[in-house]
Amino acid sequence: METFRTYSKLVIEECIQIGIGSIFLVGLVATFMGAVTTLQTAFNLVSPFIPDYIIATVVRDMTVLELAPTIIGVIYAGKVGSSMAGGLGTMRITEQIDALEVMGINSASYLVLPKVIASLLMYPMLVIIAGFLSILGGYLAGVFSEILTPFDYKYGIQYLFNPYMVKFGILKSYVFAFLIASISSFRGYYTTGGALEVGKASTRAVTDSVIAVLIADYLLAEMFLTK
Amino acid sequence: MIEVENIGKTFDDKEILLGISGTFHAGMPNLIIGSSGTGKSVLLKCIVGLLEPNEGLVKYDGRDFTHADRDLKTEIRREIGMLFQGSALFDSKNVEQNVMFPLDVLTKMPKDEKLDRVNFCLQRVGLENTNHLMPSEISGGMQKRVGIARAIVNSSKYLFCDEPNSGLDPQTAILIDDLILEITQEYNMTTVVVTHDMNSVMGIGENIIFLSKGRKLWEGTNNEITHSGVKELDDFVFANKVMSRLKNAL
Repeated sequence: METFRTYSKLVIEECIQIGIGSIFLVGLVATFMGAVTTLQTAFNLVSPFIPDYIIATVVRDMTVLELAPTIIGVIYAGKVGSSMAGGLGTMRITEQIDALEVMGINSASYLVLPKVIASLLMYPMLVIIAGFLSILGGYLAGVFSEILTPFDYKYGIQYLFNPYMVKFGILKSYVFAFLIASISSFRGYYTTGGALEVGKASTRAVTDSVIAVLIADYLLAEMFLTK
Repeated sequence: MIEVENIGKTFDDKEILLGISGTFHAGMPNLIIGSSGTGKSVLLKCIVGLLEPNEGLVKYDGRDFTHADRDLKTEIRREIGMLFQGSALFDSKNVEQNVMFPLDVLTKMPKDEKLDRVNFCLQRVGLENTNHLMPSEISGGMQKRVGIARAIVNSSKYLFCDEPNSGLDPQTAILIDDLILEITQEYNMTTVVVTHDMNSVMGIGENIIFLSKGRKLWEGTNNEITHSGVKELDDFVFANKVMSRLKNAL
């Protein structure tokens, strides 16, 4: 039996690769996402009867409910999912997975389990960071383009805040993390053929993960947000 | 000793192996030879458990591996070392980590002891001071030797080599053959080598099984192979010009 220490080490390695390796891209996308959402919301809210702080409220709700968990999920599938599938696919075609099996190691649990656990640990954190950065990006865009004042933005962010939305966003992030890691690992682990098939497996991993995330997104909204 | 009894394997109704039986003895290299596509690697994969045979069984020192429960299979697999055709080294790990890998995952040996064992195995295959090189930084022959070091680091009782000479120049191929022979004799391992290299056959083939179209057609030693009287084997053995000239000289 492979030791608990072996698995812990693998999970930590995967966490570093997934978390630290994705933080720049996630941060960049989230910041610009928040900034653009602010500018576009301001462009659409032209009525003088709607106060400026509503722009920040819209940015907050969109970020927490949809943009941070789902859009970052698509980015995550593209970066981490394709890397998982490509790595496992290469290991499969170069007989590294066979080598593990011959040694008496359960290759699926040795290779896939740490990826799924690391994904469950890191993706929600990435989503939380993305949420903060998106709201920060919205603030910077809103204030520097003089669409709204810092006070309005801060007021709007807190206006009618419902903590349930944060819980729902975090719940979604766990579901998406599991879906992306398991689908991508499955595609990579069962690759057959050569380098061309590894490329195809990576592409299918991303496509399938994104479709699964979108379907899960709808189903979760249906289950938890409709009365 | 490994015994295979009546092994049969089909893929999508296509028969790849048909009733293969044979015994692989300890302390000598046992060769499975034959042309490409005759089922040599499939037989090897059935023996090590990477493929499930449709019929027949494999016994490791009398222990039925084919029908064994998960625990016994794992126990037997941990006595197996295998050198793959492409070496199958883990690209993310350096030479030392690759060789240490079975000890890291399967044992609770202290770090110093593991390092001593790794250094001993690397020295045994002639790769001292390569510990920190990555697989991509070493030649194909060196990768094979790292693969052999990884296969023996866990004091394996059974060594399997799938086309150990593929992609190597003739001199390096002979070095690898000699290393396999020496290690087999030194540790009294049961070694099974799949090859179609006639240099290996003549050099280390103490017990040879010849496969053709999924059937075992002949079994013998390298001294007997040139006068087997089996047409398919003669066609295989004397396919290259050197062996053909040797035959004419005889």
